Amino acid sequence: MKLFRATVLAAAVLCATSAHADDKPLKVGLMLPATGTYATLGSAIENGFKLYVDENGGKLGGRDVEYVKVDDESDPAKATDNVNKLIKGDKVDVLVGTVHSGVAAAMAKTAKDTGTLLVVPNAGADAITGPLCAPNIFRTSFTNWQPGYAMGEVMAEKGYKKVVTITWKYAAGDESVNGFKEAFEKKGGEVVKQLSLPFPNVEFQALLTEIAATKPDAVYTFFAGAGAVKFVKDYKAAGLMGSIPLYGAGFLTDGTLKAQGGAGEGLMTTLHYADELDVPKDKTFRAAYSKAYDAQPDVYAVQGYDAAQVLKIGLDAVKGDVSKTAEIAAAVEAAEIDSPRGKFTFSKAHNPVQDIYLREAKGEKNPEVSVASKALADPAKGCRM
Amino acid sequence: MDFSIFLIQCLNALQYGLLLYLVAMGLTLIFGIMGVINLAHGSFYMVGAYMAFALAPLVGGNFFATLLVGVALAAVLGYLLEWAFFSFLYEREHLQQVLMTYGLILVFEELRSLLVGDDVYGVTPPDFLAGSIALGDVMTYPVYRLFVSAVCLLLALGMYLVFTRTRLGMMIRAGSVNREMVQSLGIDIQFLYRVVFAAGVAIAAFAGMVAAPISSVYPGMGNQVLIICFVVVVIGGIGSIRGAFFAALLIGLVDTFGKVLLPQASGVLVYVLMALILLWKPNGLFKAAG
Repeated sequence: MKLFRATVLAAAVLCATSAHADDKPLKVGLMLPATGTYATLGSAIENGFKLYVDENGGKLGGRDVEYVKVDDESDPAKATDNVNKLIKGDKVDVLVGTVHSGVAAAMAKTAKDTGTLLVVPNAGADAITGPLCAPNIFRTSFTNWQPGYAMGEVMAEKGYKKVVTITWKYAAGDESVNGFKEAFEKKGGEVVKQLSLPFPNVEFQALLTEIAATKPDAVYTFFAGAGAVKFVKDYKAAGLMGSIPLYGAGFLTDGTLKAQGGAGEGLMTTLHYADELDVPKDKTFRAAYSKAYDAQPDVYAVQGYDAAQVLKIGLDAVKGDVSKTAEIAAAVEAAEIDSPRGKFTFSKAHNPVQDIYLREAKGEKNPEVSVASKALADPAKGCRM
Repeated sequence: MDFSIFLIQCLNALQYGLLLYLVAMGLTLIFGIMGVINLAHGSFYMVGAYMAFALAPLVGGNFFATLLVGVALAAVLGYLLEWAFFSFLYEREHLQQVLMTYGLILVFEELRSLLVGDDVYGVTPPDFLAGSIALGDVMTYPVYRLFVSAVCLLLALGMYLVFTRTRLGMMIRAGSVNREMVQSLGIDIQFLYRVVFAAGVAIAAFAGMVAAPISSVYPGMGNQVLIICFVVVVIGGIGSIRGAFFAALLIGLVDTFGKVLLPQASGVLVYVLMALILLWKPNGLFKAAG
């Protein structure tokens, strides 16, 4: 149905503009996961992106949009091949992707070398807007550091002194915990123990016992997806929920509350998006999205939607000429993005400078409690631009 | 680590080890005894877990009824798979077995994606097992985990008895040593293997169903258990039911205390253990049939 509509729309647009033979369509390479653990995230991003393009008559920068899709399978080993296929084989003008940080890093490296315009709609690896930053690379999501840092401030202000952190031993988990630790210790708290287990191991029992034995004031955690479901359930079953409060980066309770079966009720998390935000743009976005796709949008859909917004701003400034990287970058840097998450701007390293919300899980939603950190900018360590 | 914490960690280790054994048991039958390198073992586990999620509403939400129906369906699935695919594989090279069972992984993953979608789901344990018991004043322990351990012990004992004390067990062991000889003694080895294979699939699915309330249900869950299952079977000694049991307990112990005492190396400790044991005993802890 939605494919049909998109096709009809594209066909109509094609007919309408066929008079201008010199305006070649803008080839957008969507490199997103279509299979595997992140498949639902990939489709939410794609839906969000296409929603914005459709709202703008199927055009970006005055050119009709044509999609080339590749399933990146969230496999870093295949990432470089896939990017090269899009850039050299399909000759895409713009790259959009992806969810997995390792794959996104490979995309960023290639984009940096070839100068192809890249918008990253999710992967939070600090490096993408750190050492890998470039004038032609933009990110519409977050750095792993951002929600962690905001939560560090929140928990310090709540008066916790001794905190244990627990996460998977991989880049996203480490970066999130580092952000948390930086803010929490700056405000006088102490991270007494940093627990971790190999990704994606979900046998938490030994570490939960360790937490019980350490008796900290509270716990900060970064888990996502199935790991987040299991961790929250295990934490509750171990009887720790009552005695040692649990806090985390937003992914702990995003899209996982139903599967947690009530164990996640009341959990406080930080993220750059929340349910029931008091943002007019969010209300129109949600209505349009649920009408177009018969599903509720999530943070990933927002990031996809904003990726298209950023491209429009950049490409409008150069009338669709993707080779003018410097002018595109200047236009995006000067712009204020009217995102469903609330308005945000871009840092020098092209990461959003955005409000991070404190949310509290209620039922299957994460409504906003307050703004945990206003216009928080990632420090962009290692970016020379 | 004070003494009470040490005891709780021992309980964690034991409990994890038993869960591992439960998950690896089906592989012991199919890989260990029938000699087929079955990469699709994880998929059977996943099928079980998804059945625990999807069948529950159909049979009125009773956990044990779900288990019963699920095991029966899995046995039928195993029987059909053996008839259609695996029966052609016994005499073939390992590479062909790997290719075909890998293909099955892809098929099962895609079917799962089409039928149930890519979301994570939780499965609730039955009410009377949903509580927790207090362990001192430190923490509480979910009753369901203890239940899983008990189920696993019972199943292990049952399997051991079948293999060492019954005529059926004797025939299966004989078949694993010399297929042709058993056949020439007038035993229908083809049917026998079909039954053993069906049992292997049923046990893997059963493990998935029992583990579902603990692990929740998610895409790719089978691939996560696959490797550790092979480690259990290889450490225990290929074809040894008893060996797999002790291997699983050993891995539970190493993994649990590794995470606490040597967190930096916890990802590799299990594999270091496997390497050391294979250096010391190249055939695993226990050699075949027992």
